[in-house]
Amino acid sequence: MGGWDHGPSTATDDQSAETSARNARYGLWLFALYCAAYAAFVLLNAFVPDSMTKRSLGGLTVSVLYGLGLIALAFVLSLVYAWMCRTNLPPKDDKTTGGAS
Amino acid sequence: MIYERSALAVLIFLAFVGMTLGLSFYLGRKARSAQAYFAAGGGIHWFVNGVAFAGDYLSAASFLGICGIIAFYGYDGFLYSIGFLAGWIVALLVVAEPLKRLGKYTFADALDARFQSRGIRLAAAVSTLAVSIFYLIPQMVGAGALIQPLLDWPHWVGVLLVGTTVVMIVLTAGMVSTTYVQFIKGSLLVFFSGILTILILQRGLRVDSRPEASESQTITITADGKKLINGKPQGRGEGETDLRPVGHVSELPGGVQETGPLGPLEYLSTLADSRIVLWDKKEQKHDDGSKTITFSSREVSGDQVLRPGNHPIFRGIHSKVVTDRLEFISLMLALFGGTASLPHILIRYYTVKDQAAARKSTVVGIAVIGCFYVLTLYLGLGAMTSGALDVSDENMAAPLLARTFGAFLFAVISAIAFTTVLGTVSGLIVAASGAVVHDLLASFVRTPFSDHDKVRIGKLAAVVVGVIGMALGILFHGMNVGFLVGWAFSVAASANLPSLVMLLFWKGTTRQGIIAAILVGMTASLAWILVSGDTYVKVYGWNKADALVPFSQPGIVTIPLGFVVLVIVSLLTRPRQATA
Repeated sequence: MGGWDHGPSTATDDQSAETSARNARYGLWLFALYCAAYAAFVLLNAFVPDSMTKRSLGGLTVSVLYGLGLIALAFVLSLVYAWMCRTNLPPKDDKTTGGAS
Repeated sequence: MIYERSALAVLIFLAFVGMTLGLSFYLGRKARSAQAYFAAGGGIHWFVNGVAFAGDYLSAASFLGICGIIAFYGYDGFLYSIGFLAGWIVALLVVAEPLKRLGKYTFADALDARFQSRGIRLAAAVSTLAVSIFYLIPQMVGAGALIQPLLDWPHWVGVLLVGTTVVMIVLTAGMVSTTYVQFIKGSLLVFFSGILTILILQRGLRVDSRPEASESQTITITADGKKLINGKPQGRGEGETDLRPVGHVSELPGGVQETGPLGPLEYLSTLADSRIVLWDKKEQKHDDGSKTITFSSREVSGDQVLRPGNHPIFRGIHSKVVTDRLEFISLMLALFGGTASLPHILIRYYTVKDQAAARKSTVVGIAVIGCFYVLTLYLGLGAMTSGALDVSDENMAAPLLARTFGAFLFAVISAIAFTTVLGTVSGLIVAASGAVVHDLLASFVRTPFSDHDKVRIGKLAAVVVGVIGMALGILFHGMNVGFLVGWAFSVAASANLPSLVMLLFWKGTTRQGIIAAILVGMTASLAWILVSGDTYVKVYGWNKADALVPFSQPGIVTIPLGFVVLVIVSLLTRPRQATA
C-alpha cells in the first residue's frame, strides 16, 4: 500500500527465528520473576505499610532494604538474561522470514 | 528564595552549553541521510548507546524531581526511583528484541510490520506526539527552575533558552549528536552524583538545635500581586527579608551532636534512629483576594521518613479508604509499564546494529541508571538534612545541596542538570519529528519523499514541537517535575503498552484492535488526568473534592482498559480464515 519506502527492516536481522523465540522465552521467565518481586513490594506497601518500618539486616528498615534489593535484582536479572542469550542458534533451513509470522 | 548569581556558575554553564552545541555542529556535518538523521545510521556502539539510554532516561525529572520529593517527603521519592528502574526490566526482557527485529525508525514500524496499515501508523504517530509533548512539559519546567537560581533570570527565560538550544541541536545533527550529548551527560550525571554522595557520607549527620530552625514561615501574595515573606517585602535590603533555608536533624541516636563520617549503610540506619524535621505547606485564600502559604515544621522519627506515605500522592496507603490505596498502586503500575512505552527510549533501539547490541546496551543502561537511582536516595536524604532547602521550591533540592559543598560543585551540578534537560528534550524532539515524518505524513501522502525532503520536514517538525513544548513549560511553572513525569508515564503506558505487548504475544491481534487500543488508551488516560483532583487543584485552582474521578493516577484503570479494548476489537474484527 502506498509505496512507502521503509517497511520492516530485515537487513540487520542476524538472529534466526529460533534464537529469537528462545530469547523471548528466557525473557518472559525472568520477567515473571521480577514481576512477582515488584508486585509483592507494591502490595506490601499498599496494604501492610507498617511492615516497611521493621528493622532488618544491619538496622536498615525493610523499605530501604527491599527497595535497594529491587534495584540490585534488576541489574542481576539483566546480566543473567544477557548471559543466557549470548549464543545464536544456527538458522533453520526452511526459514523464510525474519520477522514474526 | 532569592539566589546569588555566581560568575563561576555562569561560566561553567556556558562552557557546557557551548561544548554541547560544538559537538552537535561537528557531528552534524556527517549526518546527511534520513537513516543517519533519525537513527544515527544504526552505527552507534552498544556501550555508548547504553550510557546514552541512561542519559535519555535520567531526565531533569529524575534528577531534580526525585531528589526534591525525597528531600521533602523521604522514601516516597525513592518509590519513583524503584518504579522507573523496574520499567527497564519490561523494556529489556519483553520488548527490546522484537522491536529491534521489526522496526527501522519509529515504534510504529514495529507495530505496523505485520499489517502495513496506514491507520496504525497514524494512531501510533498521534500517541508518540502526545506522549512526547507531555514528557516535554516537566523537562521545560525543570529548565526554568534551574535557570532562576543560577543566572537569576525569570522562569520563562530558562524555558526559552533550553527550547532554542535544543532545537538547534536537533536541527544540526539529529540522532547522532543527540546520542553523544546523552552519553556525555549520562556519564557526568552519575559521576558527579557519586562525588556528592561521597561528600554527604563524609559530612555525616549533624543536629541543629537552634529554635529558629523550626519556626514557621509564610509567603503572602497580596491582592495587588506583591510578595511578602513573613510579613515583610522579599529582598536583601533594610526592612526586607527572605525565606530561611531549612532542613535539619533534631536528634541523633545516643544524644550525640554530630556523627562524623558514615558508611553508606550506616548512614541509612543512623538516619532511621534519628528525629528529623519535615516541612508542611498549607495554602489559604483570604476574602480580600490575597493568598498566604504557610510552611510549618513537623518533627518525625527517621523510620517514618524511610517508609512510604508522607507525600500527598502516597498518603492514601495509611488511610482506611480503598480507593486511596489505588492511587499508589496505579502510579507504581504506570511507572512499571511506562518506560517500555516511551517513544524516545524506543527509538534508541534503532541506533545500534542488531539485537545482541540492543540487549547489551540495555544491560549497560540498567547498570548506570540503577547506580544513579541508589545515589538519588543519598542525595535526597542529604538535602533533607543539609539546612539548605528552599521551602517554596522542591525542584531546587539537589542544586542547593551541592551549594553546601561550595560554589564550584553548585555550578557543575546545575550545569549538568541543565544539560540533562537539553539531552532529554532533544531526544524527545527527534522522536516526535520522526513520528511526524515517518508515520503521520506517511499515512496521508501517497508519494514517497526523497531522503532529503524527509530530513527537511523532520527539522520543521522539530521546530514546531519545540515551540509547543516551550509554551507549555511556561504554563506549568511551579509544579514538581517528578509528579508531571508520572503523568507522562501513565499516558505512555496506557496508549502504547497494550498494543506492543499483545502484538508480540497474541496471534489474534488485528489491525483494528491495535488502532482502537492506542486511541482509547491515550484519550482515556488524558481525559482522566484532566478531570482528576490533582489537576483541579494545581492547574485550574479548583476544589479537589469536585473532581470527577476518585483518584488522580489513571494507570490502574486505563492500562487494563487498553488491553480489554484491544482484545474485544480484535475478536470482533477477526478475519474469516484461520488467523495469520
